[in-house]
Amino acid sequence: MRHYLAATAAVALLFSTSSAWPQVTATAGATAPELAYEAVPNFFQAPPGDYMGELQGVASNSKGHVFAFFRGPQTRLWEFGPDGKFIKEIGKGFYGFQFAHSVRVDRHDNIWTVDEGTNVVTKFDPTGTKVLMVVGHRPSQAEGPFATPKGPNPPDKKYTLCRPTDVAWDQQDNIFISDGYCNNRVVKYSPEGKFLAQNGTEKVGKGDNEYNLPHGLQVDHQGNVYVADRGNARYVVLDNNLKWKTAYTQYGSAWSDCISEGPHQYLFMTNSNPNGNGPGTWARTGQIYKAELDGTVIGKFGHAGKMAPGWQVVHMMDCRNPNQIIVGEIESWRMQKFVLKGSK
Amino acid sequence: MRHFATLLLAAAAIVLPAAAQEISYSNSQPLTLPRDTFFGMAAGVATDSKGHVFVYTRNGDPTITLGGSRAFAHGGSSLYEFDANGKYIRQIGKLAYGFLAAQQVRVDNSDHIWVVDRYSSMVMKLDPQGRVVMLLGRKPESVDVPSAPDTGRGTPPGSGQQSDLFQSPADVAWDSRGNIFVADGIGNARIAKFTPDGVFVKSWGSRGMSDSQFQTAHGVAVDAGGNVYVADRGNKRIQVFDNDGNFKSSITTGGDPEAICISPGAHQYLYSSNSNPQDDLDKGGEIYKLELSGTVVGKFGQAGKGPKDFGSVNAIDCRNPNALYVAEAGNWRVTKVDLH
Repeated sequence: MRHYLAATAAVALLFSTSSAWPQVTATAGATAPELAYEAVPNFFQAPPGDYMGELQGVASNSKGHVFAFFRGPQTRLWEFGPDGKFIKEIGKGFYGFQFAHSVRVDRHDNIWTVDEGTNVVTKFDPTGTKVLMVVGHRPSQAEGPFATPKGPNPPDKKYTLCRPTDVAWDQQDNIFISDGYCNNRVVKYSPEGKFLAQNGTEKVGKGDNEYNLPHGLQVDHQGNVYVADRGNARYVVLDNNLKWKTAYTQYGSAWSDCISEGPHQYLFMTNSNPNGNGPGTWARTGQIYKAELDGTVIGKFGHAGKMAPGWQVVHMMDCRNPNQIIVGEIESWRMQKFVLKGSK
Repeated sequence: MRHFATLLLAAAAIVLPAAAQEISYSNSQPLTLPRDTFFGMAAGVATDSKGHVFVYTRNGDPTITLGGSRAFAHGGSSLYEFDANGKYIRQIGKLAYGFLAAQQVRVDNSDHIWVVDRYSSMVMKLDPQGRVVMLLGRKPESVDVPSAPDTGRGTPPGSGQQSDLFQSPADVAWDSRGNIFVADGIGNARIAKFTPDGVFVKSWGSRGMSDSQFQTAHGVAVDAGGNVYVADRGNKRIQVFDNDGNFKSSITTGGDPEAICISPGAHQYLYSSNSNPQDDLDKGGEIYKLELSGTVVGKFGQAGKGPKDFGSVNAIDCRNPNALYVAEAGNWRVTKVDLH
C-alpha cells in the first residue's frame, strides 16, 4: 500500500542543510594569524557547454591529477590534469553514483568515491576503468521509491552504510569510513573490506564516543583518525583501533578536514558557511584553518562569499601539497585552487 | 464572435470611464527551434543588447530516481538562445544542476543571463557564454515520496525564512547599481534584496492583502530611479516600493498582474499582463501599457489560442517598448508583438 501511495502522491521538496546546524564561530579565529594566499582564478575549466554541479568531493593523485565528484543532473566524476584541463569523465551512469559526497585517492592512486544516495563506497583503479571493490550496498529499486526517512535511525549494521560521508586509509591500507547522515559512527574495515571495529552507533549523541553527523575523516601516518563531527562542531581524534583520544572544539562548524602528505603533516579544517544563516555569519565564519596534528592552530585563510575567490560552503579540500589547497564548494558549484604563501 | 466581444467592451467603456484605449498590434512567431525540439510551457523570455532572444521553458520531464537512500529530482527544463532574427543558436545549461522547472529568464545591462527556477528554488547568474557566475539559493537535496508532513529533515527551502534561501521564486530584477531583487513570491511572499556580489541585505513582505503584503509576488521590475515594482498577483495590483522596500503606492490599472516589465530609455513604460488562468479562456488575458505612475496608455490582446490571442502570459520582454516578446505558458509559444 505504501508503494502504491508512493507512486501516485504528489511529491514535496525537502531541504536538509542549515537550519538544524546553527553556524558556530571558531574560537581559534580570534588569535589565529591570517595566512597569506593567492587564488588561481578559473584554474579548472569544464568542457564547453558542460557544467559542474554541487562540488562535494575533490582529491588529487600522486601525479597531480585532480578528481572532482559532484552532483549534476546525475552524479558525476571528472578527472583534470595538473594544468587544470579536463581529461575525462569516469563512471558515467555508474550504479554506485547517485548523490555524491566525497572522493579520495589512496596511496596507490586508487580512486574512491563515497555516494550518499546509493549508500556505497566504491574503489576504482587509478585509471578509473575498473571497479576493484564496493563497500556497503545499494537499496533495491524493486521496493519502489522511498520516502525520506523520518524518526529514529534504524539500528546500525556491520556492512550496511547509511548515507556515508567520507573514506580514508592508514599505511596498512585498512579502510575507515565516516557513516554518516543516518548512522553516527566511524567504521574500520580490513584492506579486503572485512568489518574490524566501529566507534559510535546509529544514535545521535554529543558525549565521548558519540557523534552528530560525522561528515568527513582523515588518517595520519601514525594511523590516528580525525573525524569532522559536524553537528557537534568538533574534530574528534581516535587511535587506529577507534579508541577515543580527544576532540578539538575551537574550529567552529566542523564540515571536513584534510591531512597533508610529507614528513611534517598538517591538519586543515573548514568552518563552512551555508545559505540560510543570518547575514552576520558571513563576517565571522567561512574560513579554513591550518593546524598541527595535535590541534595547535597555525593560521587561517579565506572567507565566505558567493563570488570567487570567496567560498559558498567549502565541502572538501585537497591538501596533498600543504601549500596548494584545492577547494570544492557545494552552493557555488565551483572548484578553486589556492596557493598558500605562509604567514603574513 | 471577436467583434461581438469588442462591441461589449466598447459598451462597457461608456460606463467605465477608466477603460483603456485599444492599442493596435500585430503578432508573429519568429523563433524557430531545431527539428523535433519544441517549447513546452513557455515560462520566460528575454532579449540581450544584441537582440538575441533567450527562452526558458518546461519542455521535459523532471525525473525522480528510484533506489536510493532518498529520492532525487533531475532535469526537466531547457534554456534556448536565438539570434535577432529568431534563428536558433544553441541550448544553454543542458547539464546544469539547477534546471528543473522553468519560471523566468532575464538579461541584465551587461548581457548576463539570469535564470529563475521554481522547483530548484534557485536564481542562477550566467555570463553571456552561459557559464555560471553566481548562484542564489540552493536546490533542495531530495524529494519526498509520498508527500508527508515533515518531522525532522528541515522545511522546504526558504519556507518562512527572511534570508538568502527561496521557496519557489518567481522573478529577478536589478537597479542601476546592480543590486539584485528576487521576487521570492510563490512559496514565500516577499522580495529579497542582495548586493551585486550576492550578499543578502534584507527582505520585505508577507502573505496578505495590506500594503507591503502579497498574495503572490509573481513579478518584479525596477525603474531608473531604483523604485521596485512588484506584480501582486491575486491582489490585482502592482505595488511600488523605494529601493529599501518602503511602500510608496499601489497601481491598480494593470489588471491582476502575472508578468510585468519596465522598458529602458528616457521615457519608461510599465507593461502588465492580466494573464488568464490556464483553465479559463473566457476573460482577461490583455496586456496593459502604463506610465510609471499607473496612468493607462492603452491595452492590447485577450485570452485565447488564436494567433492574436494570449494564453496565460508568464513573461514580457520590453527592451524595445514597441516590439515585445511574450512567453505564453498556456499556449506553449513565444510571440513577438509589434505595437503600432
